Amino acid sequence: MIREITIGQYYPADSFIHRLDPRVKIVCTLLFLISLFIQNSLLGYLIATVFLAFVIHASKVPFKFIIKGLKAIILLLMFTVVMNLFLTKDGAVLVRFWIFQITEGGLKLSVFMAVRLIYLIIGSSLMTLTTTPNALTDGIESLLRPLNKFRVPVHEVAMIMSIALRFIPILLEETDKIMKAQIARGADLESGNILQRTKAMVPVLVPLFVSAFRRANDLALAMEARCYFGGEGRTKMKPLLYRRQDYLAYAFVAAYVVVAFVVGRFVPFHIWIF
Amino acid sequence: MEMIRASELVYEYEQRDDEGNVVGMNRALDEIELDVRPGQFVVILGHNGSGKSTLAKHMNAILVPTGGTMWVNGRDTKDPRELMNVRQSAGMVFQNPDNQIIGTVVEEDVGFGPENLGVPTEEIWRRVEDGLRAVGMIEYRAHSPNKLSGGQKQRVAIAGVIAMEPECIVLDEPTAMLDPDGRKEVLRTVQELRKRKNVTVILITHYMEEAIDADAIYVMEGGRVVMQGTPREIFGRVDELKRYRLDVPQVTMLAEELRRRGLDIPRGILRREELVEAICRLS
Amino acid sequence: MSIKLEHVNYIYSAGTAYEKQALKDVSLEILPGQFVGVIGHTGSGKSTLIQHLNGLVKANSGVIYYNGENIYADGYDMKSLRGQVGLVFQYPEHQLFEEDVLSDVCFGPKNQGLSKEDCEKRAFEALELVGFPEKYYHQSPFELSGGQKRRAAIAGVLAMKPKVLVLDEPTAGLDPAGRDDILDQVKYLHDQTGITVVLVSHSMEDIARYVERIIVMNRGEKMFDGTPKEVFAHYEELEQVGLAAPQVTYVMHDLKARGIPVDTTATTVEEAAEEICRALKR
Repeated sequence: MIREITIGQYYPADSFIHRLDPRVKIVCTLLFLISLFIQNSLLGYLIATVFLAFVIHASKVPFKFIIKGLKAIILLLMFTVVMNLFLTKDGAVLVRFWIFQITEGGLKLSVFMAVRLIYLIIGSSLMTLTTTPNALTDGIESLLRPLNKFRVPVHEVAMIMSIALRFIPILLEETDKIMKAQIARGADLESGNILQRTKAMVPVLVPLFVSAFRRANDLALAMEARCYFGGEGRTKMKPLLYRRQDYLAYAFVAAYVVVAFVVGRFVPFHIWIF
Repeated sequence: MEMIRASELVYEYEQRDDEGNVVGMNRALDEIELDVRPGQFVVILGHNGSGKSTLAKHMNAILVPTGGTMWVNGRDTKDPRELMNVRQSAGMVFQNPDNQIIGTVVEEDVGFGPENLGVPTEEIWRRVEDGLRAVGMIEYRAHSPNKLSGGQKQRVAIAGVIAMEPECIVLDEPTAMLDPDGRKEVLRTVQELRKRKNVTVILITHYMEEAIDADAIYVMEGGRVVMQGTPREIFGRVDELKRYRLDVPQVTMLAEELRRRGLDIPRGILRREELVEAICRLS
Repeated sequence: MSIKLEHVNYIYSAGTAYEKQALKDVSLEILPGQFVGVIGHTGSGKSTLIQHLNGLVKANSGVIYYNGENIYADGYDMKSLRGQVGLVFQYPEHQLFEEDVLSDVCFGPKNQGLSKEDCEKRAFEALELVGFPEKYYHQSPFELSGGQKRRAAIAGVLAMKPKVLVLDEPTAGLDPAGRDDILDQVKYLHDQTGITVVLVSHSMEDIARYVERIIVMNRGEKMFDGTPKEVFAHYEELEQVGLAAPQVTYVMHDLKARGIPVDTTATTVEEAAEEICRALKR
């Protein structure tokens, strides 16, 4: 099940989007997310859809793969939709049964919320799908570098993030193995109330922590052996350099944000209640 | 000048009780003498806990001697100013393939060492290519290390060391966690490297078969070097090896068994062909 | 006490890009008291195969019978099956978690619902069977040496009193002496208690020395199944799939090719020496 979550996964392909500087992708993703939240009209969402479709096409990541990321939030999505649908009381009542009623405003809000959430997930998965975890941490490190002045250990934090990304799949696999081994010794990890289940996880968690510490220790040794002495004096194999395509991408996304905002706000275009 | 030299090397650490009080000293390495010349292939054998890994860690200044001296490429490992140079001169590959790969993409991992050394970007790329080619992993450069086999991961780790352009590579039980295919793969890679790069190789292992081609073998037990010689000399002393909880290639065992049964077979047979030849001479 | 597999198929991550058939139409029967070796290289399906034996992994199709009962039938007591078929994973010491060795070994019997006294009695027996030194019973399992940790972990499975003991590469990562110690101990266990043993290994030499029957797995299929002599007679086919017969088998074949009249079925050093002496003294 855990393997099916695509958020945070990288999909190797050779596309315009893949080749972009990670900083561009991080900043543009943020811009896109902001544009979604200041959006409140059908036309604005249509423009966002066209924009997203264009980027997905340019990324060469199969649509099926991107959609998979949504599985992880399906519960959250349903929850938001239901809450908005029944709890918003705004405008004419469309449906009424027992103590529930759906208003025009509620329907509109829940549809827009759902679209927003879905686009938000697709947008951020697109970033992680097209950027290697390392490039991503490099990008974050570079964007956060100004914080160095405030004694925030930016390089160290970035290094920790990239190591975590490397070891998460390994530790997941290890968890699976330990769980199987304890089940083979008769452990019951599935039944009982929350307290019992938490207690039943001890035989899984203790070995997992022991192993994580052992790995951390080994890794620290291996890094030292390869002359790692912290961020100072290091060079980069893949330094971040803005190229023409990156400026183009910035310009393109900025244009989208402006157009979507202006058109969405000022061009009256409505279908039914939306 | 020796590539690696240890003289009267001693490593002791404090033994503590449950409250953390020092109750005594443990001597993990005891008066080690070691000479490895450039270009040599030296194997250090010993069972788990014999001190061989502790010795390996001295070659990379992860540990420094508490007595005596260790020189790597003429540099005293105790000198903190030489730390970077020592670690660059003697690259190290460890036992667990997963726990020494830092990068999430193969080529980025290989680039990690050169990055730390402050090598300019274009030069890093050249070295990464060179390293990956040397271990035959160039076609995997864009892969995630998680999807590789154990043997392939170790080859990536070796490439990561090669990219630092060391004079010497220390492999600390690189095959202990691999299956037979992986073991062969790693050993083949090491042999190739020796041919192509003329680097000094120190292999720490408990598999005797891996020592057959060595220029010299050191056998360790209880923190001391207890046997030293060419493979033929060492493998001729089967009973002694067994006493040190080591094991001998099956072919050597068979030769020994035949000699015990009164057949005239020379000592120290290492390869199948030699044994077959020796038996045929008797018939 | 027999375990019988009929046409077992297992597919990993079915329906995704990583789909892989791990077991293909595997049928076999493990008889009570047998000492069986399972060999094959990484990815051959041998680990998947043994995880079927105690129901940890469920086949996509096919049936498994334990003592004639279908373990996939509704209401079948899986928990009891896991007590009967003890599975020791690779690097079993990675599952130790209790504060001391004894409590860790008690974990299995405790899960079976035994009283504290009975658990400890089982634990003592099991620790003794694997030759674990008594002075370490109350020590933390994390402070033991590699070989002792492994013994403690194996005892943890034995304490459940399984009828069948399945070991997945019990010697991985140990040095030669540690390897021989563990395998000798398993052999002793088999001889003493008559327990059925299924031993998974990559090492042909180890397998040839201990087992009475070898099952060779290759790409999810059962490739050979027979006595060591029968299986190693196929040494050329084994080599083609990346496996090898023990070195002595090759020596015997070489000798025969050179005109020395030896029987080529020897699989251990002793057998080979015996046979060579016989052939030469003729």
